[in-house]
Amino acid sequence: MSTNTEATTAAVELADSPLVSSIANINNEKHDYSRESSREASEVVIRPRTGWIAIDWREMWTYRELFYYLVMRDVSVRYKQTVLGPAWAVIQPLLTMIIFTVIFGRGLEIPSEGFPYPIFVFAGLLPWTLFSQGLSASALSLVNQQQLLTKVYFPRLFVPVASACVFLIDMAVSAGIYAVLFLFFHATQGTSPSWWTLPMLAYLVPMTMVATLGMGLALAALTVFYRDFKHLVPFLVQILMYVSPVFYPARLVKDWWPILALNPMFGIIDGYRYAILGLPCNPGALAISSATAVGMFLFSLFYFRKTERQFADFA
Amino acid sequence: MSEAIITADRLGKRYILGEHLGSSPPMLREVVAHRLREMRGLLTGVRREKPRGEEFWALKDVSFEVRPGEVVGLVGRNGAGKSTLLKVLSRIVDPTTGMARLRGRVASLLEVGTGFHQELTGRENIYMNGTILGMRKAEIDRKFDAIVAFSEIEEFLDTPVKRYSSGMYVRLAFAVAAHLEPEILIVDEVLAVGDATFQKKCLGKMQDVASGDGRTILFVSHNMGAMAQLCDRGILLEHGRITADGPVRNAIEKYLQANADHRSARATFPIDPSKASQVISMEIRPVGGDKPTVQYSCDESFVVRVEYEIRSQVGGTRFWFTVLNLEGIRVFFSEFRDADSEISTRLKPGRHTFEITFPPRLLAEGTYVIDVAVDREFVGLIDHHANCCEFTLRDMIPQRTDRPGFFSTLLPWKLVDTTAAL
Repeated sequence: MSTNTEATTAAVELADSPLVSSIANINNEKHDYSRESSREASEVVIRPRTGWIAIDWREMWTYRELFYYLVMRDVSVRYKQTVLGPAWAVIQPLLTMIIFTVIFGRGLEIPSEGFPYPIFVFAGLLPWTLFSQGLSASALSLVNQQQLLTKVYFPRLFVPVASACVFLIDMAVSAGIYAVLFLFFHATQGTSPSWWTLPMLAYLVPMTMVATLGMGLALAALTVFYRDFKHLVPFLVQILMYVSPVFYPARLVKDWWPILALNPMFGIIDGYRYAILGLPCNPGALAISSATAVGMFLFSLFYFRKTERQFADFA
Repeated sequence: MSEAIITADRLGKRYILGEHLGSSPPMLREVVAHRLREMRGLLTGVRREKPRGEEFWALKDVSFEVRPGEVVGLVGRNGAGKSTLLKVLSRIVDPTTGMARLRGRVASLLEVGTGFHQELTGRENIYMNGTILGMRKAEIDRKFDAIVAFSEIEEFLDTPVKRYSSGMYVRLAFAVAAHLEPEILIVDEVLAVGDATFQKKCLGKMQDVASGDGRTILFVSHNMGAMAQLCDRGILLEHGRITADGPVRNAIEKYLQANADHRSARATFPIDPSKASQVISMEIRPVGGDKPTVQYSCDESFVVRVEYEIRSQVGGTRFWFTVLNLEGIRVFFSEFRDADSEISTRLKPGRHTFEITFPPRLLAEGTYVIDVAVDREFVGLIDHHANCCEFTLRDMIPQRTDRPGFFSTLLPWKLVDTTAAL
């Protein structure tokens, strides 16, 4: 009751009283740090933009902490209100591996090139999970966060890129599990993993991100304008899985590889198998796939930049 | 005089009706069909005007300059372009024409709690929201305790905000925003939420920000009282154009007068079943009369008659109205518990009509407008109609006209001593 009366008086006072004392104590901490705070002081010129727009690296650097928080938000939200919590990060890849092994390894007897099928398929699942999850997440990222687009300014590229980067963390967890299985396998065989695994992965992992964003950025922008893509993306991911050597060795496609390698993940997954398992690799396929990935990425990036100024109008 | 910190030069923003403002974005099918028609046009050499929707200029030729330290209020009806202008200046949407230049760090506050995530705790959301609004992590670290103290939610800092009451949520969001230290602060109607005490605190903080460090503020509100109090300068927008720019009281007065045609002694409001309670209608009539009337003498009583609908019984709901003069100053506030403090516990869902009688000789001569609203403790406004009804008071006795002040109350001048014989 007392709160109500207080509220009433406050509303009346609003108009005539110089508001003061109650807030004075908060304002005592007078700020002398305003110089270094917030974004760098700069002049902003706002005018209609047309055509292709360059990427503002400096601005993105200024906002880098926001990028970190966007990623961390998605990470920390993921397993909230689950009983198993972060354990899901371990269970999910293991379950996928088991399902694939049962269906494709045991059931369809797909060749696993002399390795146990779980070891073989996991090497493909690592990049595939990063790609497929990252692609779906980034494609939907803008429409799912419309309120951000219409209420505040920040580099728009952060939204889809952060959504995809979240899955790098998942990949690291999966890679840890895989490393255990993999080293155990080598130990039982009395062999050791090859030295080129790490340098190759240093090329392949960034290339997987390039492939993911190569499709993800453009799809994110398109989904803002045409919600149809929201329904198309799951099919796209499904189709891509069948034309990528996730659960089968790349050599099975025989002479079709130059065409299939236009799918960036074809050559990349083949590359992972070479890097991790030392299986013969098709350098031509990796070259074609890398080239398409980079090409699509550049196109996607510029398409995104070109259209981002309209996001808030359509969102 | 120092150089302008904000310069807007013939800003314009065009929307194509049906394309942007339609309820849903265009279907892919329509776009494909459109492109095909275009291609066919190219092939056949028949150039047709693009089948576009109707044009709508949300902003047109908007030019103004703001000096450092000025606090500028944007006034105008809904849809006059205030929010669009703030969005353009915040770089959220691109202008269609013209140019604007902002010299200094900008922070925009177009919504309460932008970037808040329901699943994150209060602590996490302070960092999330703070960085989105443009603060550095180090800066938030430093101000963290002040933010928490301002929000008054210490105990719930590690609770996900989805468990917060709406009041707590708003407090937390405001606390973060209040600690921004940009050179230019752009604020949309965000003060409409939250309970009055907290609103007052925020206004105070904003005012402190403005006068303390000479910060520049661009401010939109339908609360003319807050506007008059906070701003030195007012810009009136009508149909996307600036129609007045000068001292804030002039802008407010012009705004309220310009809308006089839209007001009368009676207003009815559209039914909105999504609201828990709402105002159905309001009218001002003479005592014993049944026709809405605008003009009264200062010596007569008149009745404000308000009809409310309560849809779901909710505790803490409050029906009230404020009377404002043409300068936008709230001269009077009244609520339904003034006569009967227990009334809220007795009202059941349904329609309720109240008659509030104004005694003679309360308010001074002049024209007044009424804001009517329903709000709820800790939630904020549920239904609010600004400037919906109008009435004018005239003093019929010549010696009493044109008096300064807010009241027309006659005080008893009692002669208690005199040297002359009576």
